[in-house]
Order: sequence, then structure tokens, then C-alpha cells
Amino acid sequence: MGADPDGAPVGRRVVLGLLGLGALGVVTGSRIQGGLSELLAPVQLRDPTGFTSLVPLGNTWRYYSVTGSVAPRDATSYALKVSGLVDRPATYRLADLEAMPQLSFTDDFHCVTGWHVPDVPWTGVRLAGLLDAAAPTAEAVGVRFHSFDGTYSVNMTLDQARADDVIIALRMYGDPVTHNHGGPVRIYSGSMYGYKSTKWLSEIEVTPNNDPGYWEDRGYPLDGFIGE
Amino acid sequence: MSESLGSFARFAPAERLVHRLVGLLMGVCLVTAAILYNGSIMMAVGHRHLVETIHVWSGLALPVPMVAGALSAAYRADVRRLNRFTPADWRWLRSRTRRDGTIAVGKFNAGQKINAWLVAGSTGVLLGTGAVMYWTGLVRLSWRSGATFVHDWFALGLGLLVIGHIVYAIRDPEARRGMRTGRVARHWARAEHGAWAEEMDG
Repeated sequence: MGADPDGAPVGRRVVLGLLGLGALGVVTGSRIQGGLSELLAPVQLRDPTGFTSLVPLGNTWRYYSVTGSVAPRDATSYALKVSGLVDRPATYRLADLEAMPQLSFTDDFHCVTGWHVPDVPWTGVRLAGLLDAAAPTAEAVGVRFHSFDGTYSVNMTLDQARADDVIIALRMYGDPVTHNHGGPVRIYSGSMYGYKSTKWLSEIEVTPNNDPGYWEDRGYPLDGFIGE
Repeated sequence: MSESLGSFARFAPAERLVHRLVGLLMGVCLVTAAILYNGSIMMAVGHRHLVETIHVWSGLALPVPMVAGALSAAYRADVRRLNRFTPADWRWLRSRTRRDGTIAVGKFNAGQKINAWLVAGSTGVLLGTGAVMYWTGLVRLSWRSGATFVHDWFALGLGLLVIGHIVYAIRDPEARRGMRTGRVARHWARAEHGAWAEEMDG
């Protein structure tokens, strides 16, 4: 170190060290985050200070909105339309949806960018049931979900929409879906990335095509299956 | 002319321009990062795609002035000074009385050197992990999860470094003048960067 009169090239070593650390973190980070998450989940669910949501400790939720602020809807103002290529269009109030048979299961929420929240308890109405009740016509190919944020919409094929783990979610963690999570009613699709699970759901439109939706127009894959 | 006699040239115009551009882009990156990361701010601001686009392109642009600075000989000379750690630098870091001037400090003290390279290295890491998160087809999902993990923590670390940098700047008007005008008072240089002042006096 003392041999060079100008000193050791510590700056270069710091940069290379950080780049190495970063690369190691990319490869192992998923497991580290999982471990941290298991340790911290009990704390985070009961954190009154909100501090744990400020630091990236464990697998935390991230809330997305693609428009300005979204006006909340409740049991009196909420309605879900089923429209498009169906023999029996319908409109459901929140109470109508709550009165239907409910499906409950626990599944992860995955964002395409990499973050995920494991073991979320979901409850809702199977989309397949609502589609059967609406009776899609012979020309029907896809389903378009519209959000009452006025901007967001996304598609699935009719077959994808009928999968067992696609629900019109009314509850998360045993409580009604909160506004920030897209409540009172959102889609949840267990096998697909989050951008397929439309928040603030206002309309399910049966369509003759499977056109790209909001994020697919901005580069995400048309079939949003997790791991693909 | 008395002022220029009592002052030293510290930063060349090219260096000040690089600093201004990096500062601006870094500020945009950090503000948009806070919006994208924090749920309450996100829900108030919304427009995720717009915020994300600004964040990504500011981030991609951030290293450009850092690298383009190398066109200036003064910038290259200062990068070299920042890179090299002398035995006095290590002593300065370990000393509890490092600010009293007993250990003659060169143009940059050891803290400034470390900060510079932590910022540079973190910028590189954030650039790489950010690219992986943005172009989702590049690597498999578990690596994207890892990239998100790394991006979050390095962003937090870099944010703290920038806040620390600003706090030191607020506390030292003469250091700010150096970056604003390019010149610093001789007495300030003697007190804060003794070895450099000696060098400048010839």
C-alpha cells in the first residue's frame, strides 16, 4: 500500500466491490428477502408506526395507481357491469356479490418487476360462475376488465378467465379489500402477474378479441403467467 | 483583485457543470423513487407510468455526465485524486480529531473520497438492477426479485449519502462557494485541505 507514493486505488476497489455485492444480491436476494419476510411478517402486520413500510424489509406491498387520485366507492355507490358479447348482461351491487358462493384460498401476489407478497388469504366469487350466468355468445374470445379509475383496463382470454384461481376478490386477509388494494372489488388471478388483477373493478366486458391492455401496451407480455 | 489573490481555483467549469447535471438527475431520481416506492405518496400522486418513465430515463442519463466529464483534464485529475488513498487518509479516517487540521488533508479528504466512490458504485448497481426490473424479459423472475431487493437497499443507501452530502454542504458556505464559483478562500483551504493549500502555494 505504501509502495505507491500516490496511495492505493481504493476508489476502484470500492466500485468493484459494490458491483460484486449488487450482482450477488441479484442472484441470492430472492432467498434473503424470503427469510427476512418470514422473520418480520408478524411485526409488519401489527406495526402501528408504519415504519416498516418505509424501509424495504421483507416482502411488502407496493401500491400502484396509473391515474390521479381515485374516488373511493362503497356498498351504496359500487356496481359491477357484465357486458359485451353475452346473452344476459347484468349489473351487480356489492351486496349481490357478497350473497354469492364465496371461494377462499391462500396464494402469492407477484409483480412482473420482481416483488411479491407470499401467502395472501383471498376470498371472492369465481369469475367462471359470473361468466356462465352471463352466457357468452359464440363470437366471444376474450374478457376485458375495466377499472373505475377511468383509465386502466386489461384482458384475458375467455379460457384464462375461467380458471379456478381467477376470482372477483371481495376480501383480503379476512377483511374487505381496502381502497389502496383496489377495493371494494378487484380481480385476483393466482397464476398471473399483478397487472392482470385489475384494481377498482367496474366492468367485465366480453369481447371478440384478446387485445393488449394498459401495461401490455407499455411492454408487458400479453399472457401474464408467473415465471414466463 | 485582492479576492482572487486570497483564493485558489478549486473546480473547473467542466466539473461544476458535471456536478450540476448529476445533482439535477439525482434529485429527479430520488424524488420519483420516493413516489414509486412509498404507498401513501403513490396513491396521492398516481400516474405510475409517467413517474416510472421519468425515473427510468433520469436513471439512464445519470452516468452520462459522470463519464462525459472525462473529456476534461481537470475532471480526470480530480478523479485520480479521489481514487488514491494515502496512509494519511487511513489515519484521518481513524482519527477522532480529524477536523482539527493536524493531519494535512489533500484536495479531498478521505470521507469525500469514500463518498464519491460509494455514489459511483451505487449508481452502477442501481443502473444494472433497474434495467433488469424495467426490461422484464432480460432475466428470470427470481433474479428480478433479487434485483428489486438490491435496488431498494442501494437506493436507500444512496439517498442517505446524498442527504449527508447536502447536510455537509449546508454547514460549509465556503465549500458551496467552491462548487458555485470554482474558487475558494485561501484561509479555508489552509484549514480544511492543508496539503492541497501547500501544493497550490507552490
